[in-house]
Amino acid sequence: MEAKQKTFKRRTMLYIPGNNPAMLQQGSVYGADGVLLDLEDAVALNQKDAARILVAHMLKYISYDGCEVTVRVNHIDTPFGHEDLKQIVPLQPDAIRLPKVETVEEISRILKEIEEIEEEHDLPHDQMKVHVMIETALGVQNVYDIARYSSRIDAISIGGQDLAADMQLVKANDGIGIDYARKQIVMAAKACKIDVFDTVFVDVENEEGLREEAEYIKKLGFTGKAIINPRQIEIVNEVFTPTEMEIRKAVKIVKAFERNKAEGIGVFAVDGKMVDAPVVQRALRVLEMADVDVESL
Amino acid sequence: MKNKLEIDIPTELSGIGQLEPFEGTFAKLKKGWMEEKTVPPPNKAKMPHSDKMCESLREAIIKTNPKDGMTISFHHHLRGGDNLVYESIKILAELGIKNMTLAASSLTTAHDPILPYFKDGTITQVYASGIRGELGKAIAQGVLPKPFVIHSHGGRVRSVHTGKIKIDLAILAASAADVEGNATGAHGPSAFGSMGYAAIDSWYAKQVIVVTDNIVDYPCVPQSITQNYIDFVVKVDSIGDPSKIAGGTTRITKAPMDLQIARLAAQVIERSGELKEGFSFQVGAGGASLAVAKYIRKIMKQRSLKGSFILGGVTSYGVDMLKEGLFSSIFDVQSFDAAVSSSLMENPYHIEIPAGLYANPFNCGCMTNKLDIVVLGALEIDTDFNVNVITGSEGYVRGASGGHSDTASGANLTVVVCPSFRGRIPIVKKKVHTIVTPGESIDVLVTERGICVNPQRPELKQNLEAAGIKVKEIVALAEEVEGITGKAKPIETGDRIVGIVEYRDGTVIDVIRQVKE
Repeated sequence: MEAKQKTFKRRTMLYIPGNNPAMLQQGSVYGADGVLLDLEDAVALNQKDAARILVAHMLKYISYDGCEVTVRVNHIDTPFGHEDLKQIVPLQPDAIRLPKVETVEEISRILKEIEEIEEEHDLPHDQMKVHVMIETALGVQNVYDIARYSSRIDAISIGGQDLAADMQLVKANDGIGIDYARKQIVMAAKACKIDVFDTVFVDVENEEGLREEAEYIKKLGFTGKAIINPRQIEIVNEVFTPTEMEIRKAVKIVKAFERNKAEGIGVFAVDGKMVDAPVVQRALRVLEMADVDVESL
Repeated sequence: MKNKLEIDIPTELSGIGQLEPFEGTFAKLKKGWMEEKTVPPPNKAKMPHSDKMCESLREAIIKTNPKDGMTISFHHHLRGGDNLVYESIKILAELGIKNMTLAASSLTTAHDPILPYFKDGTITQVYASGIRGELGKAIAQGVLPKPFVIHSHGGRVRSVHTGKIKIDLAILAASAADVEGNATGAHGPSAFGSMGYAAIDSWYAKQVIVVTDNIVDYPCVPQSITQNYIDFVVKVDSIGDPSKIAGGTTRITKAPMDLQIARLAAQVIERSGELKEGFSFQVGAGGASLAVAKYIRKIMKQRSLKGSFILGGVTSYGVDMLKEGLFSSIFDVQSFDAAVSSSLMENPYHIEIPAGLYANPFNCGCMTNKLDIVVLGALEIDTDFNVNVITGSEGYVRGASGGHSDTASGANLTVVVCPSFRGRIPIVKKKVHTIVTPGESIDVLVTERGICVNPQRPELKQNLEAAGIKVKEIVALAEEVEGITGKAKPIETGDRIVGIVEYRDGTVIDVIRQVKE
């Protein structure tokens, strides 16, 4: 029998350095929708082994109760990539995140290796999801082809810091330099009907700046945002959670839609504004984000 | 004999006398009177225009004619900057006074320097609401020949009224005073705010010395302490370290764990049914407890709610909420930062209150009885919701009873906030080392790993669950914590009782046994 896929909200994904036991242990208590146990950039080169061993143990013994657990491995072409996959894939976290993917050839190679490990351990290929990180100009150019390469890929994320470096941007704080990439990546994700995460906001003291950026990327179409400090979670969750007014409006639209559908009417007005299928779809999305059961309306 | 919480309490203890076991939060109170007799305040007289001023603290102390076996008292409003306790005891020790009882409203790490006087027989017994640092370690190891007594803030007032604490000499620091001894903590270079805990000492001590670094023209205004109780006044160069006495503004913690717990606690309070127009409120000054105020402030603004009064230890955060009109008044028994002092001076709705009005159970109604919501911390909490705020994981005394049990018994909603474990040390556990506040007065525990409602409050559980807040059984949470931290080795103690924990009504809720070194 096929195991049921778990579903998670993806407003916030908290980065946790893979070599910090206390943070790994407490990762799930801060209210993030997901935790990202990092073996890559958050871990110093001489700590890679320690982090891998620690994260593997944590996956076995710690309950991340209600949080989506993703592990970011090192790139397959680094000295750590193969060993990361070998140790982490058999433990089947909810997802594995692949950094700095640039081409279809690369993703095909990595997925093949993941599947081989799964076969060795008699594991299915459709349980652990794959997240792809786009962090270079070449990756941005190829993102659509990468994203659609496999049905296992269910989210893309943009790595703003690396991308800015790759683009040789000197001043990257305002996000102008990566704006095109953000939009390109969102479009690729939407075309493949998968989720898309925004990059981290590094100035942890700047709560207003974080809120503004979260609001901006929400408008662009991002599903959520990577988080580097637990204090950022509340703000981003707030931005990505529908307000009471938005929920009321969505309920009104969906109810009116059901009423009109019964009478065979496809386009109608709510509060003086035209409502058609796309508007209804957006309203349904709002209710989904607010955990409102449409059946119960 | 066993008290209501199944703790073995001896019927008598050398150095204290007869002990009465704790029988329940309101067992004594509900009678409507206090069985113990009260003692009268001292009888004194002064001739007109006599001079109270002394050249030095030493001279003032000598004038009080100190004797072996006397009880000396101090307040702890100077917080971590206090130097007066040390200076005074040093003088008394130099005068050869022995076997004294130290009855300070609380002892902090600033008082570490008096430890030698615990060892040489100068001080042989301590009454305090809290003891920390080296002193807390030493007394748990049995440095004092007589058992120490931990009381609550309200309980201390009761003990003075009943003569259980019979103060011979109170030495009270003030940031401003006049030549007659009218004194305040609200202004001056070492301003520390309210002098709420000192009032009872001034009323009941046989002799009272006011010590200040700032003599002002007569009369000193406002007057927390009034001249009719004061024997001597001393001007000193320094009452302590001003940077620690008048420490700036208390900031809300940035620790993600405390903030997370505070956020959850605010959700609980919002959905408890107690957060309503005109509610009264108290939070602690540190960590998660104060951070709850941040979230409550936000909710109050969103819902255009106005509270009645803020009580207790007051921070500048409370003052800001008063200024914003979120609360109509502050009743301040102790101020936690310098910013509070100016509010106390300038805002008529920021009112200094003495400890008896704050929390003494035996009068016609202390203010903790009017509390709607209080948020308190814990060093440990057990599966019956009993709270330890006095002994740490090694069994040493390192905390304060303070107003914990006073406010917990009075408030309609008592919320305890703490992490479920610290480092490798479980906080939520089957049994706590020392009980200070009985579980019957705790309504809800909020930790990062779960919210637990006292089974005595089924309607609260219902309210929270109806609002979509997940509630966990406290036994399940304790087991979950033990699963993470492992089982802690019990603290090794001997049979000797080195201290007792008095409940606010004077009964004994727990004893503290000697910790093996």
